[in-house]
Amino acid sequence: MVGYLIRRVIQAVIVIVGVIIICFILFHIYPGGSRAEARAVLGQRATGAAITNFLQVEGLSKPLWQQFFLLIAHAFSGNLGYSFKQGQPVWTIISERLPRTVILVGLSVIFAVLVAIPLGIFQVLRRNKPADYALTGLSFVGYATPTFFLGIVLIQLLAITWHLFPAEAPQQSGLLAILGDWKALVLPVVTLATVTIAGFSRYMRSSMMEALTEDYVRTARAKGAANRRVIFVHALRNALIPIVTLLGLSLPAIVSGAVITENVFNYPGMGLLFVTSASNNDFPLIIATTLVAGVATVIGSLLADILYAVLDPRIRYVSK
Amino acid sequence: MSRIDDEQLAGATSPDANGDGSFFPEPRAADSAADSGAAQVPGGQLTPSGGEASGVGSLGRLVWGVFSENKLALVGVGVALFMILFSFLGPFFYHTNQTSVIVSAQNYYTPPSAAHLLGTDPNGYDELGRIMVAGRTTLEICLIAAALATAFGVIYGAISGFLGGVIDAVMMRVVDVMLSIPSLFLLIVIAAIYGTTFWLLVAIVALVAWLAPARLIRGETLTLRTREYVQAVRSMGGKNWRIIWRHIVPNAIGTVIVNATFQIADAVGVLAALGYLGYFLPGAGSWGQMLYNGITYIEAPVSGWWLVYPVGICIILVVVAFNFIGDALRDSFEVRLQRR
Repeated sequence: MVGYLIRRVIQAVIVIVGVIIICFILFHIYPGGSRAEARAVLGQRATGAAITNFLQVEGLSKPLWQQFFLLIAHAFSGNLGYSFKQGQPVWTIISERLPRTVILVGLSVIFAVLVAIPLGIFQVLRRNKPADYALTGLSFVGYATPTFFLGIVLIQLLAITWHLFPAEAPQQSGLLAILGDWKALVLPVVTLATVTIAGFSRYMRSSMMEALTEDYVRTARAKGAANRRVIFVHALRNALIPIVTLLGLSLPAIVSGAVITENVFNYPGMGLLFVTSASNNDFPLIIATTLVAGVATVIGSLLADILYAVLDPRIRYVSK
Repeated sequence: MSRIDDEQLAGATSPDANGDGSFFPEPRAADSAADSGAAQVPGGQLTPSGGEASGVGSLGRLVWGVFSENKLALVGVGVALFMILFSFLGPFFYHTNQTSVIVSAQNYYTPPSAAHLLGTDPNGYDELGRIMVAGRTTLEICLIAAALATAFGVIYGAISGFLGGVIDAVMMRVVDVMLSIPSLFLLIVIAAIYGTTFWLLVAIVALVAWLAPARLIRGETLTLRTREYVQAVRSMGGKNWRIIWRHIVPNAIGTVIVNATFQIADAVGVLAALGYLGYFLPGAGSWGQMLYNGITYIEAPVSGWWLVYPVGICIILVVVAFNFIGDALRDSFEVRLQRR
């Protein structure tokens, strides 16, 4: 177990270094090289001297390998440079934006799990009956609906027509202020959670079905345990374990969804920051947001795997 | 299974062990490749695998058998065919001008009417005709991207799994890294730097789509390369490339086809997201881009619902249809594996 955890952490560190390499590549694939990149940042009328000066100041005139090791050193020390456009340290901007995205993703994952698990169990209880088919159909539609389309429909119905919730996500900063504006958080969280609920509930259903074929369930039934007891006491705990892995696996997709959701609801988190800096050619911010999102996702998946290893005593991680 | 090495987790129920990369994995499929002794049926009992007396039959007949039994699959095929015909042949039956329209009171942002079945947009274009044209572009991009991504992923995964050792480890770490960065970030950086043309969008959508097939085929290859027939070819002096191409890839073809179907569905979603974030194609563009343009009008005093809901429903229909087909195909190939 300990050996497994150590190997898993080492693997996560390797992946993080890989993420840094990809960010570095992204930074240097600008067609026409760094001078064209500088021109994109400074504007078409920038003079040659201004561009050379810009490259000097930003360290872009150094040899590539030096820039690469600088980026690695900077990434691990948390110094991510200055935004080209906003004139602030990248880290200052990100540290203001990151908590908002963490709140959004965290709440919607919790919400999704709380809805999807009972939904999946309900479908097993009613399996192959109309309610089960209806929910399966619904989960297909939920999975197929583009996040932004769902967001727009919800805004149109619940915010504009019925005035139940605001159309815009909380604009305050600070954990308490954002959570205090909970009504404004409802629509973004529901929007982001829907795809996850669709996938998880369907998975929960099959996972539960699988657990019900196990020998210990047959034993429980043979002892005369009632159907509900078998499901909730014997099968549920085992059926829940794969959900934890699924959570780690779907984290990148959920973060991608958060980028869209933040844009739909004008929620100033990492996703909105990323999309605006991508359209502004603000390369340090683009790289930093990609890096932070990648690293956060790796850490999230690592935590899910550790939780999985802790939860399932049957798993023996044998070294090769 | 992605984050943890497959070998380490052998035996654990893993969401993706059935090898199709779908977000809707069926755990009961997890063991099907490994043990063909018994088929687990969702009803909760174990049934011995006997199959029908008619024997295995051809691949096409098997698939047909499953599709003719599975109503959802038929619905999926029907809807997908309809959307393809609608987008590619529709404009021949429903003539509209989608290139140069002079805006007038008759065609400026009008609700659906007999002349314009789904109304017109603020540029005077007929909305139904535009959905067809944009649908053609959308489907072309997604089908080509899914095909390219699958082809590349299959070759990459087969090479990685077949060669093994250090090369395999390095090749798979590349996949791990790319999978752990939320895909939208990569796609948008590329789209922002290089701009968006038809073929660039194909490349961008394919850029992350090859990862899942690569990982799946690598897993299949790991099990297939120890089979007797592969060892037989090797003992007869068969070259590595021949083994991969003639013996491993054909045996993994079921996984490949199932995954390709899901790739198409995912590509439609990715393309829609890119369109929504403002990465446009010239002309009618894609469905996502039509949605983006329509959204501004949904909150207008006269809500332009016809600019948003029909396109949105088209996207949902295509994605649902390909997911249905993928699910049915997976069932059919599982049956094949279980009969083997």
